[in-house]
Order: sequence, then C-alpha cells, then structure tokens
Amino acid sequence: MQFTQPHLEYAQLAPMLIVFGGACLGILVEALLPRGSRRVPQVVLTLLVLVVALVDTIVVGVHLDKHTDTAGQSARGLVGALGSVVVDGPTVYIWGLLLVFAIGGAALFAERRLEGGVSGFAGQAAALPGTSEEAEASRLGLEHTEVYPLLLFAVGGMLLFPASGDLLTMFVALEVLSLPLYLLCGLARRRRLLSQEAAMKYFLLGAFSSGFFLYGAALVYGYAGSMTFTGINTAVRNGAANHGLLLAGIGLLSVGLLFKVGAVPFQAWTPDVYQGAPTAVTAFMSAGTKVAAFGALLRLFYVGLDGERWSWQPMLWIVAILSMILGAVVAIAQTDVKRMLAYSSVSHTGFLLTGVLGAQSVTELAHGQYNSLVGVLVYLTAYGFSMIGAFALVTLVRDEGGEATSFTKWAGLGKRSPLVAGAFAFFLLSMAGIPLTAGFVGKWAVFTSAMSAGAWPVVVVAIASSIVAVFFYIRYVRLMFFSDAKPGEDGTVTMPSVLTSTTVVVCLAATLLLGVVPGPILNLVVGAGDFIR
Amino acid sequence: MLSVLIAVPLVGAFAVYFLPRELSKVLAIGFSLVTLVIAIVVAFRYKVDGGMQLTETHDWMKQFGVHYALGVDGLGLLMVLLAAVLVPIVLIAEWPALDDPTGGGPKVYAAWALALEAFSLAVFCATDVFLFYVVFEATLIPAYFLVGSFGRPGRGRAALKFLLFQLAGGLILLAAVVGLYVASARAGTPTYLISDLAKIHIDTVTERWLFVGFFTAFAIKAPLFPVHTWLADTTEKATPGTSVLLVCVLDKIGTFGMLRFCLGLFPDASRWATPVVVALALISIVYGALLAIGQDDMLRLIGLTSLSHFGLITLGIFAFSSQGGSGAILYMINHGIGTALLFLTAGYLHRRRGTLSIRELSGQERLTPVLAGLFLVGGLATLGLPGLSTFVSEFLVLLSGFQYHWFVGAIAITAVVLAAIYVLWLYQRTFTGPASPVLEADPVASRDLGVREIAAVVPLVVGLLLFGFVPQPLLNVANPMISDLMSHVGVRDPGPTVAGATGSTNDGGGN
Repeated sequence: MQFTQPHLEYAQLAPMLIVFGGACLGILVEALLPRGSRRVPQVVLTLLVLVVALVDTIVVGVHLDKHTDTAGQSARGLVGALGSVVVDGPTVYIWGLLLVFAIGGAALFAERRLEGGVSGFAGQAAALPGTSEEAEASRLGLEHTEVYPLLLFAVGGMLLFPASGDLLTMFVALEVLSLPLYLLCGLARRRRLLSQEAAMKYFLLGAFSSGFFLYGAALVYGYAGSMTFTGINTAVRNGAANHGLLLAGIGLLSVGLLFKVGAVPFQAWTPDVYQGAPTAVTAFMSAGTKVAAFGALLRLFYVGLDGERWSWQPMLWIVAILSMILGAVVAIAQTDVKRMLAYSSVSHTGFLLTGVLGAQSVTELAHGQYNSLVGVLVYLTAYGFSMIGAFALVTLVRDEGGEATSFTKWAGLGKRSPLVAGAFAFFLLSMAGIPLTAGFVGKWAVFTSAMSAGAWPVVVVAIASSIVAVFFYIRYVRLMFFSDAKPGEDGTVTMPSVLTSTTVVVCLAATLLLGVVPGPILNLVVGAGDFIR
Repeated sequence: MLSVLIAVPLVGAFAVYFLPRELSKVLAIGFSLVTLVIAIVVAFRYKVDGGMQLTETHDWMKQFGVHYALGVDGLGLLMVLLAAVLVPIVLIAEWPALDDPTGGGPKVYAAWALALEAFSLAVFCATDVFLFYVVFEATLIPAYFLVGSFGRPGRGRAALKFLLFQLAGGLILLAAVVGLYVASARAGTPTYLISDLAKIHIDTVTERWLFVGFFTAFAIKAPLFPVHTWLADTTEKATPGTSVLLVCVLDKIGTFGMLRFCLGLFPDASRWATPVVVALALISIVYGALLAIGQDDMLRLIGLTSLSHFGLITLGIFAFSSQGGSGAILYMINHGIGTALLFLTAGYLHRRRGTLSIRELSGQERLTPVLAGLFLVGGLATLGLPGLSTFVSEFLVLLSGFQYHWFVGAIAITAVVLAAIYVLWLYQRTFTGPASPVLEADPVASRDLGVREIAAVVPLVVGLLLFGFVPQPLLNVANPMISDLMSHVGVRDPGPTVAGATGSTNDGGGN
C-alpha cells in the first residue's frame, strides 16, 4: 500500500497554529501556576497570541500567491493540508476580522473594574447558585482564568471554520468553536441560573444542529463520493445520480449552519443565550460566531454547491425574509436591552442572507460591479464592530444588581452620561443603517447585490423590516435622551478600565470610518478576491 | 468652492459644540454669516446660462461607482441661497429662546442647526445620487434632535413621528437608488453620477417603479397628501425656529428632488404618473387649506398652510410647462421667505403671551403694533397678495394649472380663496379686537419688538417686497434650468404638447 507523507503548508496555516498553540500554553499555565497568580500571565498570553496571529495573518495575506483552479478561474491563495484547509483571499480577510474581534472580546473578558476588582465570570462555576460555597468563592475573590484558553480554542475553531476545504474539517471546526462557547455562556458571575439555563439550551440545541450537519455531510458524500468542496462541485456539475440525496443533504447542512448564524426558524436560542451569557461573552460570540459561520456558509454554497444555486437560492429567500421580519417585529416587544440586541441580530442575519443570495457569478454582473461576497464581508465587518461596541457599553450601565439591562434603567441616560448614551446611540444608528455609519454601507452593499440577482421581493421585505427596525432603535435613542428616569430606577455608568474603553473607542472609530471613508476597507475586501474553487 | 460652502457650517457645528458655552451664539451666527458670504460669492461666480457649474468630482467609493460630486444649477443655487439666508435669521430671531436650558442650551441648538445647514447645502449641491442619498438621510439626525430636544411638551413623540416618516421615505428611496444603480449596471456602466444616469436608457416598467420609489420619498419629505400627517405635529411641538429650518429649508428637498430626480432621470415615467400626482397635489392644496382653517394652534395652522403650498409647488412641477416649472422654483423661494416670517413672528408672539392657542389670544395689535404689522405682511404673503413676491409664483403656477386642464386650474384657484380665509380670520381673531387691561399692564405681553427681533425679520420683508416687484433676477436664474429640464422631458412649448401627451382637449388660448 502506498503511503504518501502529508505535506503541510506551515507558513500559511500559521495563524491557526499560533492560536491553537496559545490555547494549549494557556492550559499549561492553568496547570502549573498557583491560582492567585494566573490572571496576569493568562491575559498577557491571550492578547499576545491574538496580536501575533493577527500580524501573521496580515503577512500571509500579503504573500498569497496566484492560484488557477481547474475551471481556469484564478484567485489568490492555496489549498493546503491535503485539501482540507483553503487559505484564500476571503479566508484571510475573515481571519483578520475574527482576530480583531477576538482581541476586543479578550479585552472585555479581562475587565475587572466594573465588578469591583473581579471579572464578570463566576468565582467558582461548580458551586451551586445560592450555596455557601458560592458565597465563599466570591468572598475569596476567586475567578476562573480558564476562560482565556477557552476563548483561544473558540477563536481557533472560528478560524478553521470558514477555511475548511471539506465537510469533515468543517464539522470538526464547528465543534471546536462551539464547545468552548457553550461553557463560557454558563459562567456568568451574576444571575447564574439564567446563565446556566442559557448554556444548557445552547448546548442541547447546538448538539442537535451539529447532528443535522453531520447527517447532511454523510448524505452529500453519498451523492458526490467526495468530502471536499471541489469534489462536490464537480459531482454537482456533472450531475451524478440520486439527486434527492443531494437535496436532502443540502437541507440538513443548511440546518446546521443556519442554526449557528441564528436564522429563523433556528433562532430560538439567540435571545436566551445572548441574555444569559456574561455580556463579554455575548459581545465576542455575537460578532465572532456570525463572521465565522457566514464564512463557512459562503464557502459551502459558493464553492461546494455553486452548481445547485437554483436549489438553495429559494430556500435562502424564504429564510432571509422570515429572519428579517421576525427579528424586527419581535424586537419591538422587548424590554431588555440584551434581548433587543439579540433579536436585532436575528434580523441582521436576514440582511446578511440577503447578501448571500445576491449576484455572485461574473455573468450576472456588469464590469466594475462587485459581487455578493464583497457585500456580505462588508456587512459582517460593520455588524461585528457595532455589536461588540454595543455589548461593551451594556456592561457599563449598572445598578446594585450588576448590569442594568432593563429598559427602565436606561431612561434618561443621555442626561446622566452623554458620552455613553451618545456612543450607544451611534451603534444603534449604525445597526439601523443610517448613512455615514458602517451599517449603512453594509446594508446598501447587500441590497445592491441582491437586487442585481433579481431578488427584488427580498429587498422590498428588507426595506420594510428596516423601517420596523428603525422604530425600535430610535425608540431606544428617545428613551435615553428624551425620557426621564423614575426615581430609584436609574442605572449608573461605572467607569471601566482602559481595556473596555479602548474596545469601545476602536469599535466607534471603525463604525464611523467605515461609514464615511469606506474606501480602504472596500479595497481590502475587493482585493481579497474570490474563493478558490 | 462648494466643498468650502458645506464645510464651513459643519466645522462651525463642531466648534460651537466644543468651545465654551458663552461663545456659542456669537460663534454660531458668525459661522452662518460666513456661510452666507460664501453662498453669495458662489452666486456671483455663477453664470446664468452655464448648466451645472462649479463642479467638483472625486472618487469616493471607487469600487461601487460612488463619487463625491458637487455642482449647482439654477435650482440648486437658489436653494443654497435660501438655506444660507434663513439660518442666520433663525439664529438671530431665536436668540433668547436658545437659552432654554431643558434641551441643552444654545450650544446644542446652534450646533445641530449648523449641522443641519451643512447637510442641507450638501443635498442641494450633490450631483451623485449616492451622495445625495447619504446627506438626504443625514439631515434627519440634526432635525430629529432639534425637534426632540427643543420646543413644547410632547415634542419627543412628535420627533419620533417625524423621524419614522422620514426614515420610511428614506428607505424607500434607498431601494430606488439601489435599483437605479442596478439598472445602470444592466445598461453597462454602473454609476451614480446624475449626468451619466440621465443618459442611460431604462426599460419602461423599471423606470416606473424607480419613479414611484423616488416620488414616494419626496412626497413624504415635501409633504403631500396622504403622507403629510407628521407635518402639523412637528411644527406644533418644535420651536418656531426649528420649524423654519424644517419647513422652509428641509422640506424643499422634496420638491427639489422631484425636479432634479423624478423629472431629470425618469422623464417618461413622470409623464405617465402625472394624473395621479396632479390629483394628489390638488387634494393637498384644498385639504391642507381646509385643515388650516380649522386649527386652534397657530404653529399647527402655519404648518398646514405649507401642505397647501407644497401642493401648489408640486402642481407647478408636474404641469410640465415652463411657466409651471419656473413658478414652482420661485414658489419654493417665496414660500420659504413668507412662511419663515410667519413662523418667526408667531414665535415672538409666543414669547410674549406664553400661548399660541387662537381662542386665548386677542387684541395683540394694540399692544404690539410692529409685531402685528410684520405678522400681517407674512400672512399677506401667504395668501399671495399682488406686490408681494408670492403673488408672482402663485400666478405662474395657477396659469400652468389652467394650461394643463381648466378643471385642474379651477380647483387649484380655490387655494387663493381659502388662503384668504385662514390668514385673515387668523389675524382677526388673534391681533384685532380689544386687549384686556391685565395684558396692557403686563410688561412682557405689551412689549413691542426689540431692535434685534426686527432686524432678524427685516431681510425677509425686504425679500418679499423686492421679489414681488422685481422677480426678474430669480426668473433669470430659474428659467435656463427649467427650459433644459423641459427639453429633457420632451416638452417644448407648454400648451399643445402637453395637450397631446395627456390626450385632453385643452385649448391653450382659452385661458
């Protein structure tokens, strides 16, 4: 039996390896250092690993070679690790985006000033809520430093997810990114029952959806005889037998991915998990998971199933329309800011899907027009920055019970602390898609590509649900600026340390810059080119 | 040049906001006056027959075919001047009202007002559809905070209503803008430049849909029946100064957009939609006037008269004749001046009496004759008295209405009668009659206008009189633009061509 020695492109895979290596180092730190002195090394290690990975991503991106695929289309990048990892332009862009968001997330994880000297994570996760052990843990000021390696593992999974070249790698990446997140969701210091419930719910539903994904992968393998996306693409184009197998496989794979992005009808976990998880985790997860999962979704549909466009496009039409409508309408009824943002994230998923179903192939586009991949990536950038920024600000508004997430506590915040309220309003305006914010550029990019594909009904629904969404965003702005707080009901702003404030400022700057001078980012996205097929 | 024009108030807004509170008012007025000077320089450098001028074109988002492109034609120039004149007047007239601490004081008001001015100027100068859309939406943010932070109780709600209406219109416009881009891409050259877009051929169905999108947005902005309901609430709750900025400057974007985009980009669809648009305009004219007659609050009343006036402007635009077009442009200017005078003098009255409920006011003429006189001038301008500038424009518009169809003209002309009723009856109820002795003894209520208050509104009165007798300068600027537009739309000479296009039995000479 022939045995070929695997050849790995270490230089191109380095960003992922760095992150995974950092995560393992973090575990060693946990094992070797005494409990009290772990935090500083962990934080430094995590941030260092992420920054180095980011720098390396840029290096990789600059040195991507031209690659001509079997169909004769050229893109930049390479198919590495024996076909299981694809490092191409979009991958590198998504990597960069993910690492930036992860740095922001890590900074929020490390914030200690808000809780009076401890982190926002449970002192001792194993202690039952309300028991003397818990009281003891919080008296001693214990905290879990395991969250940092967990974060790194999740980031590693996220990096691999959109870069995977076959269905099995994609599944492994899905699990690697999900499991640490399930755990992180259950670690809130306050309202622990809510947090644990969220983790449980997320885990059970997530496990189901992974099952669906795996089943779908098996069916598609049965149809195509290959796990790699290029192999599937070839089989689809050649029209293998058992088309029903392929359709069922597409459906099941979609369930798995649409669950991760939180699209209707798989959105049920989103509000509970967003609300229950520690807000730092929510911030990181809402941006990171969505970016990674949309990267994977794009690769699956554009590379693997491009030939079946007519099968999956109608499905995405329906899912996009439902997500936009449900997210916007249900968000109106919310009275908790985290839940409101969660539903708004559901409707953003719909907008992103509007981009996914947009015009992608060269034949559909005029010369000088960008494709839907660009639209989706721009939207993801805008969305991620405003979500992280908004959730970071949510951690600042507090009362004696911790974070004050109820609407009534935010009333009149514009008078008490105009800076925080102003920044939050700006993020909301960006989510609403008001011009001169990043959200507008994103929205407009996806609308244009959907319109180019002739999906005008979806765009009409998108416009209608934007109008609805504007209502609840602006109502919140009004609540902050033009309402007065009931006495004793006013949340106050706690001064954060430099970690959180830097994150907020960076997100603000990114949201504003992408709105006013989107040129450089657009150049970057357009320059990233297309997927390698 | 135009970039400087836009940048000065924008810089001013930041300067006012970040510099000490004591300087706010002086700085704000200074910046707005500098803007006015630049606008006047622009006007002097403008050549009457030169089409789009003082253009600047830079790539903004090259990948998406978006340009930072500015330029003025006759219409744009007049709108720029209107905005540049009105902002300092508002700031001077609202001087004491600015000190109201509830909304954040003069600093916040002046900063938002200057920001609004900057964005409005950008709207009137933009020659790229995308840039236009961006600044069109951006005007809403200062407007929202002006309405929501300053004014009478209930303003928060009014501001929300205002914003939701406007954003809804804006999003419909977004769909149309995106559609226009896609249509241009289908035609082979994806672009947002108006000059390029006017050349491409769009198929009939698409053109009609795009027209509907653009027109709906502008109808909400203008406003026209049936999407006018935000207008009265907003003018009632906002300060009179804010109302001037909204109704006299911002709402002009609606009619400006109809001329520049609906007619300029979709000439065939505009002709196709004319019957419906004219019907809406007629309803607005009559319905707005009738509503105005029934109002008890003066600011609400003045707001609703604008509904009637915007109906007339729209009628002038969609009558497709050079008289109608020039009349509409003139009307936009004159309505801006006249209504500003009414709003500001009503604001003066409110400061003296603390109420604007018509049934509680009486006999103000005896207490403050100068205020009464100025208000009357504004009122007479609103009803189109010959000798005041509004007469000229109203006459031209009505003429075009009759040219379109005698029936249309006949309905439109009731506006004149109804305007006489709402203005004169309003004046009679509030200013004439006996003044109570209590009020005469009241130092606030019986104090006539001060020098500052008079100085603020004198330019408006001068404008009304001057353009009433010598409308030629305005017409000279407006006419070339309108004749270009009419030839683009395919109307050469008003009477016969329109008659042919609409299939009516109009007899041009019969009027």
